[in-house]
Amino acid sequence: MSATTGSYGAWRAWLDDAAPKSQWQARLGEASRVVGKLAANPLAAIGLVIVAALALAALFAPWLAGGHSPTAQALGARLAAPSAEHWCGTDELGRDIYARIVFGARITLLIVALVAAIVAPIGLAVGMAAGYFGGLVDMALTRVIDIFLAFPRLILALAFAAALGPGIANAVIAISLTAWPPYARIARAETASIARSDFIAAAVLQGAPAARILVRHIAPLCVSSLIIRLTLDMAGIILTAAGLGFLGLGAQPPTPEWGAMVAAGRDMILDQWWVATIPGLAIFVVSLGFNLLGDGLRDAFDPRST
Amino acid sequence: MRFVGYLGSLAATFLGLSAVTFAIGRFVPTDPVLAIVGDHASRETYERVRIEIGLDRTIPEQYAHYLWRVLHGDFGHSVMTSNPVALDILHFFPATLELATLATVIGVLVGVPAGVAAGALKGRWPDHLVRFLGLFGYSMPVFWLGLVGLWLFYAKLDWVAGPGRIDVGFEDLVEPRTGALLVDAALARQWDVFNNALAHIALPATLLGYISLAYIARMTRSFMIDALSQEYVVAARVKGCTFWSAVWTQAFPNILVSLITVVGLSYASLLEGAVLTETVFAWPGLGLYITRSLFNADMNAVLAGTLVVGAVFIGVNSTCDFLYRIVDPRLRTG
Repeated sequence: MSATTGSYGAWRAWLDDAAPKSQWQARLGEASRVVGKLAANPLAAIGLVIVAALALAALFAPWLAGGHSPTAQALGARLAAPSAEHWCGTDELGRDIYARIVFGARITLLIVALVAAIVAPIGLAVGMAAGYFGGLVDMALTRVIDIFLAFPRLILALAFAAALGPGIANAVIAISLTAWPPYARIARAETASIARSDFIAAAVLQGAPAARILVRHIAPLCVSSLIIRLTLDMAGIILTAAGLGFLGLGAQPPTPEWGAMVAAGRDMILDQWWVATIPGLAIFVVSLGFNLLGDGLRDAFDPRST
Repeated sequence: MRFVGYLGSLAATFLGLSAVTFAIGRFVPTDPVLAIVGDHASRETYERVRIEIGLDRTIPEQYAHYLWRVLHGDFGHSVMTSNPVALDILHFFPATLELATLATVIGVLVGVPAGVAAGALKGRWPDHLVRFLGLFGYSMPVFWLGLVGLWLFYAKLDWVAGPGRIDVGFEDLVEPRTGALLVDAALARQWDVFNNALAHIALPATLLGYISLAYIARMTRSFMIDALSQEYVVAARVKGCTFWSAVWTQAFPNILVSLITVVGLSYASLLEGAVLTETVFAWPGLGLYITRSLFNADMNAVLAGTLVVGAVFIGVNSTCDFLYRIVDPRLRTG
């Protein structure tokens, strides 16, 4: 017992070393302190558990679905109420709703990951260019950012999806086009303040080209703000994607997308409540999880909250 | 001078929005000429129509033409209703406005006091309650909340009327003066119509009001916490002002300015979110018009609706931003 606390104490001291010997030691130390703060905040911990559960469900969907296929129809067992056989009942084509929810985690995670992968780099590039070069570049880019920032997100995503045709890829493009401006703003503000630091001046004096300074010195420092903002945005992205799915503009049947599942159960809400209610509950729980985690991350990273 | 700057940024944003709707219209994979002339038209007819609708010109020329038409309220005809799209929008928009306005009123009346209480009693149970309800509010998919609400309050408890704006038997009984059914019925003193319309709007307005109050209360809370930590509040307390008197007479007037922006944002997002709620509640507003047109491949109507909702959204947002700068003396210079 004392041995473990002893080794824990050594680890802790190594992680909290005020003068870390390597980049890795510094990074691990920072990560462990953030995780510690998150774990100390029960709501953030719940959020972390929900998000982890989503990831696990997506990863192990075939095993967790308990042998049910998300797309196999069984018209004889259609609209069955929740039971030991079908935990969440079956839908209008006799498909197991629980299996569809579990496999739907993949769709949700895919959309969220794709949007994040598109939005963060675009926002980072635009924001860093505006913040670093200043002057006319900054004015022009800020104008573009402000214009896109004022756009109504859901309705533009709707129009894009309508024009490009329904489908996951187009829903992702539509959401991304309206979601990147806040990231550019954050990156711009961070870059403008970092660019004035001495270590950037030192790099400039050593003859480093602007591209190298931006990629190697400034971008890594913008990442944590962008990640916090992304986590806080995830719920909104999930809700927009589910809304597009509900309207029939997201993933197409028979893909088990949660928003589309709610839409499919809409007409049966009075007699078979589970068909529409349970997928909606999944959307709610997951977006709640991201909101809790995002709030917790923001508090953990915010130096004022300590 | 400030006003000119405000108009300039408003115009730039609107130009950006119209460029995007124009571009979306150009992306559509269907051939707009074929949509008009049909599959069996001769090559000559096809060419004539193509020139008539301006597709032979350059993209900037086409955009200028589009902008000219939009500014004159000419959005083309709707395939679905065969009316001019502009007329359709005028017909459907009041229903959306009525619902969004009522929901925002609920959001402000409940959200602001709740946010003030949560901010003033930070860390105590009212704060936890407000944060909890708020968190639920902005994690909730609104279309699902609507369905569950209909199932519970309409089907099971029968407290409210079902989907739609009014019962069929009461339709067209009052003269549409403002387009807002509640106002029209009250003006005409048709109280049975008023009551029926109220029974229909109660559920969607309450649910949207909840979503809106979640956001308003959250922002009010953080403004309040910030205001209460300022020195003028401490000064008032030192002079013998009671805590709640300091909250309402010192801190609250100072957060009012920031609240303008928050309420405006929430109102604008309700107008925009109408595409989902109106589908759930079969509410005959602009959102339902846009989604129905969408499934009839009626891009004229979809893009015009997008442009109008977008323009209102932009207008509300930048007006609030402008008011905020006007009202707050600290932002007047610089």
